[in-house]
Amino acid sequence: MTATATTVDPREVERFAALAAEWWNPRGKMRVLHKFNPVRLAYLRETLTAHFGRDPRAIRPLEGLRLLDIGCGGGLLSEPLARMGADVTGIDPAERNVRIAALHAEESGVPVDYRATTAEALADDGERFDVVMAMEVVEHVADVDLFLARAAEMVKPGGLLVAATLNRTKRAFALAIVGAEYVLGWLPRGTHDWQRFVTPEELQAALEAGGLRVIEREGVVFNPLADEWRRSGDLSVNYMMVAERPAAS
Amino acid sequence: MQQDQRYDAVMAGGGLAGLTLALALRQGLGDSARLAVADPAFAAPQPASTDLRASAIAAGARRLFEALGVWERVEAEAQPILAMEITDSKLGDAARPVFLSFDGEVEPGEPFAHMLPNAVLQDAMTDLARERGVALLPTRIAGFTPGPARIALRLGDGAEATSSVLAACDGGRSKLRALAGIGVTGWSYHQSAIVMTVGHERPHAGKAIEHFLPAGPFAMLPLTGNRCSIVWTEATDTAARLLKLPRVLLLDELEQRFGLELGGIEILDEPKAFPLGFQMARSFIGERLALVGDAAHTIHPIAGQGINMGLRDVAALAEAATDAARLGLDIGGPDVLERYQRWRRFDTLAMGVATDGLNRLFGLRSDAVRLARDVGLGLVERLPALKGFFIRDAAGIGGRAPRLLRGEAL
Repeated sequence: MTATATTVDPREVERFAALAAEWWNPRGKMRVLHKFNPVRLAYLRETLTAHFGRDPRAIRPLEGLRLLDIGCGGGLLSEPLARMGADVTGIDPAERNVRIAALHAEESGVPVDYRATTAEALADDGERFDVVMAMEVVEHVADVDLFLARAAEMVKPGGLLVAATLNRTKRAFALAIVGAEYVLGWLPRGTHDWQRFVTPEELQAALEAGGLRVIEREGVVFNPLADEWRRSGDLSVNYMMVAERPAAS
Repeated sequence: MQQDQRYDAVMAGGGLAGLTLALALRQGLGDSARLAVADPAFAAPQPASTDLRASAIAAGARRLFEALGVWERVEAEAQPILAMEITDSKLGDAARPVFLSFDGEVEPGEPFAHMLPNAVLQDAMTDLARERGVALLPTRIAGFTPGPARIALRLGDGAEATSSVLAACDGGRSKLRALAGIGVTGWSYHQSAIVMTVGHERPHAGKAIEHFLPAGPFAMLPLTGNRCSIVWTEATDTAARLLKLPRVLLLDELEQRFGLELGGIEILDEPKAFPLGFQMARSFIGERLALVGDAAHTIHPIAGQGINMGLRDVAALAEAATDAARLGLDIGGPDVLERYQRWRRFDTLAMGVATDGLNRLFGLRSDAVRLARDVGLGLVERLPALKGFFIRDAAGIGGRAPRLLRGEAL
């Protein structure tokens, strides 16, 4: 389904509009994701403009790049990246999320191709992208190696895969599960299963098995006093990894 | 809804704040951004302006105009203030001792401020906005309804539009501020400023003079040619009486204050009085709404900061919006607006309190207070570093200034 869907049921639209408003309310239930968003977006912007030789000060520096956002949710990443000029496909297995995202994109007037599908199905169709993003999804999939292999398959030669996830450390358990879910109530309980967290070494090995070469790793840490996220060399909780498919020679 | 009624930013009010914000956003958000300024005044063909009133453009504001390409169009009409002199005296004093003077340079070769006729600036900015593809809508914003992704606008001519953000640049009695239910706080001085343009025989050599008279400050600000802009503060009822006097008697009152150093003088335009006070909105922002310039605050013009404060708002809001747009984020979102408010609200209050203090200090007649302030100003005079700080602060480039005020592009 895309932002220009035509099957309209007014009551359904109303229900999704309320959900979309909740997803996109920076002070609402998704507050933690909104706080996190500028850091991820700044990192993606820097990484992509540097890799593809674009002007980092331009307002639409990603013009002409085809991006895939796996696990797009309400579109908090897809929509800003489309505003930066990218041709974005956002996929999520949950039909509900895709409808929320499409509704918001339409209100904002930003074109994004949202589809309720899986990375595996897209890979089976032979789709290829300049950039494949797996942001905060690796820790939720059933088979990490298979998922990353299929995601890597869709990266064009010379293109990038960017992944962000949680490390399987005691600190991550304390902060992401005990802290964020139980103490602060930022996330619904049961959002994360520590057993599924992925170490940087495991992530790197899976990406390399998919024919990619890891070119960067970066940590993201939360500063509770400033109430903001910052990039850091500390990979022990949240971290991001960038891998490249070498250009065909 | 038609494509051309969907905007990224709409400015309500086509004065200096609204037009400057439109130009700053054009630079920051790029050519694809859809921008509009709404003001019923755009409906009338631009009349040959008879308004001679001029404003002091501080160095920081000039850098902003330079960065936006406005300055090169108005520079010929700008009179640099090359020196400043502040005196403190009673009206009848034969000699007026100079307590504070400085050569008006912020950096070598960069004057502290320029005097520029308002009409020149207004015309140049209107032309530039039109050339840069800013829609100039000849109507007002009659109402608005903020939503999760856009703010819906009802225009005075019955049309509808939407925008990511609405900027209320509609002046001290802002209708949009009232519609948003944002109250104001502040105080009145029961004083008014009489403003007029004066011609004189001998050249002023670019020197600005401010006499702190018991009734309030009397400022002579140099314009191009042998002309000065006068800002003359009196109690509001006195000001009203003065303006009703036959012109020859008003001229006589003026001469007593202006002095005869520059030879014979004449009044070149219709003197007008403006009530003085400090007023600040209780919030500078609402949902998808930002108050900018006089809609957010008006201050006592004793330090000539009114316009410059408004331009600081513009620079801060444009920078917050541009930084968000570079990340593909919604420029009307609460994080952007709160960053703008945090940046500007404290600065505004600090400036309001500082100018209030200055006014009260100079308005008191007690000899003890007079002695204290003479000593105070004498100290400032003797400490070059401190004086430099005062100049930089008055020029609006102290502290953590937005990029545009430092002369940098967004």
